[in-house]
Amino acid sequence: MAGFLDALTTQTFLQNALWGSLLASIACGIIGPYVVVRKIGYLAGGIAHAVLGGMGAAYFLGKSPIGGALVAALGAALLIGWVSSREHRQEDILIGALWAVGMASGILFISRTPGYNVDLMSYLFGNILMIPAHNLKLIALLDAGIAIIVILFFKQFLAVSFDQEFARLRGIRVQLFHQLLLALVAVTVVILIQVVGLVLVIALLTIPAAIAGHYTGTLGRMMLLAILLGALITTGGLALSYQPDLPAGATIVMLAGAAYLVSCLVKACRR
Amino acid sequence: MSRAVIGLDNVSFRYNDLPVLAGVSLEVEQGEFLGVVGPNGGGKSTLLKLILGLLKPLSGSIRVLGQTPEQACARLGYVPQFINFDRHFPITVRETVLQGRLGKTRPLLGFGEKDRNLAATAMQETEILDLAGRPIASLSGGQIQRVLIARALACEPEILLLDEPTANIDPKVEEDVFELLRRLNERITIVVVSHDIGFISNYISRVACLNRTLVCHTTSRLTGSLIEELYGSPVRMVHHETRLSPHPIKNGDDHGRLP
Repeated sequence: MAGFLDALTTQTFLQNALWGSLLASIACGIIGPYVVVRKIGYLAGGIAHAVLGGMGAAYFLGKSPIGGALVAALGAALLIGWVSSREHRQEDILIGALWAVGMASGILFISRTPGYNVDLMSYLFGNILMIPAHNLKLIALLDAGIAIIVILFFKQFLAVSFDQEFARLRGIRVQLFHQLLLALVAVTVVILIQVVGLVLVIALLTIPAAIAGHYTGTLGRMMLLAILLGALITTGGLALSYQPDLPAGATIVMLAGAAYLVSCLVKACRR
Repeated sequence: MSRAVIGLDNVSFRYNDLPVLAGVSLEVEQGEFLGVVGPNGGGKSTLLKLILGLLKPLSGSIRVLGQTPEQACARLGYVPQFINFDRHFPITVRETVLQGRLGKTRPLLGFGEKDRNLAATAMQETEILDLAGRPIASLSGGQIQRVLIARALACEPEILLLDEPTANIDPKVEEDVFELLRRLNERITIVVVSHDIGFISNYISRVACLNRTLVCHTTSRLTGSLIEELYGSPVRMVHHETRLSPHPIKNGDDHGRLP
């Protein structure tokens, strides 16, 4: 641990990694609770995997992969939201199809891209130590956007998540806010991919919020605690992985899993 | 003569091929406490959803407070059966009641001072002010029911529509809930749907019996033959002597309770 702190004072890449983790915790802590209370973890997983198609296409065309990821994630979120509003029974199937087809198209794009082959593993499992400084700025910007939208429309998001029928009777545009929420989930997924990669995103989107749910009784407090827990888990995982040179994303997710297990045990013992 | 605040004229509705309501006509007058009774699947909840504009009638017309149901919706308070949402959702009593202010409060940011005051008044009226900070997951069935009534009152409704408000609570609490409704009826028109015709008739001023068609709606008296007609089979009768209603049921002491 001392080695990590020493390196942190001198190594820019490690400082960037730390900033990336902290910034990602903000989006993860705000949106994670919605994913947990609305039970849309599978949907978020589908969006995350569909992102590989966008990243692969961007890479193939020589554009920025994070831009491609944003387009693919938002596209997948809008498609799922639109289909589920019309044909609710099809939602599950559509998510599964997007999940696999997104990955398949991404792999095809990457295989057809000339030159050095991109490090597929870093897309899948993250590479926070290599996060470029300009991505940090983008994440900060997206964080700010997510926070502002959620603060402005907190009432509506709460009403739509809690009791859709009642929200509709009060004149809330339920479908619009559902779509907006899915778009925010998509943006959060893209942010978290920078830290842990698209396969492991779902852990950060659900676990800090689920632990926070054990100790809080309102969505607002759940968000604050989830941000704090996300920050502890990501920086903790980063620190643990540094000395033995373990993959940071996988270490973060293992730490998150362990924290969740402990929290569940504590909760069970308190009963 | 008081004016009709809800008017259904020859309304029919079906879910796919399943007819639910056929040729239902009904008028509810201002200040009334109307009970809608009938067997499960008889179309009671559907009737409420049509009045709220959540469903559209296949034929016939509905007017609420002189408007279409969609226009009048903001002036109605609705208490659904509480299985509509997740009981473990992380939300406090206060936050739940404040949702009744949606549509009448500012669209951006949190609720204002006026909303908080109206929510507090609604909680006081339903005797749950001391529970305001509690998560709903920690409440009993009767307390949840009061929260839902408070949420509907926070809408400042002119008509209160309740769907099986006592379905999941024990008889003692059930009596409290109806006592609360009786007090509210002093200023708000109330329509309550229930499958329990025995209990409800102590409180309501008029009863509508619904089993696909509206069998009766002018009666103040539930007789054995009428209940048989409604439910399609003989039911056990229970004799009651008590009178709690401010609008006493004028003729007839007997009403049915399902065996």
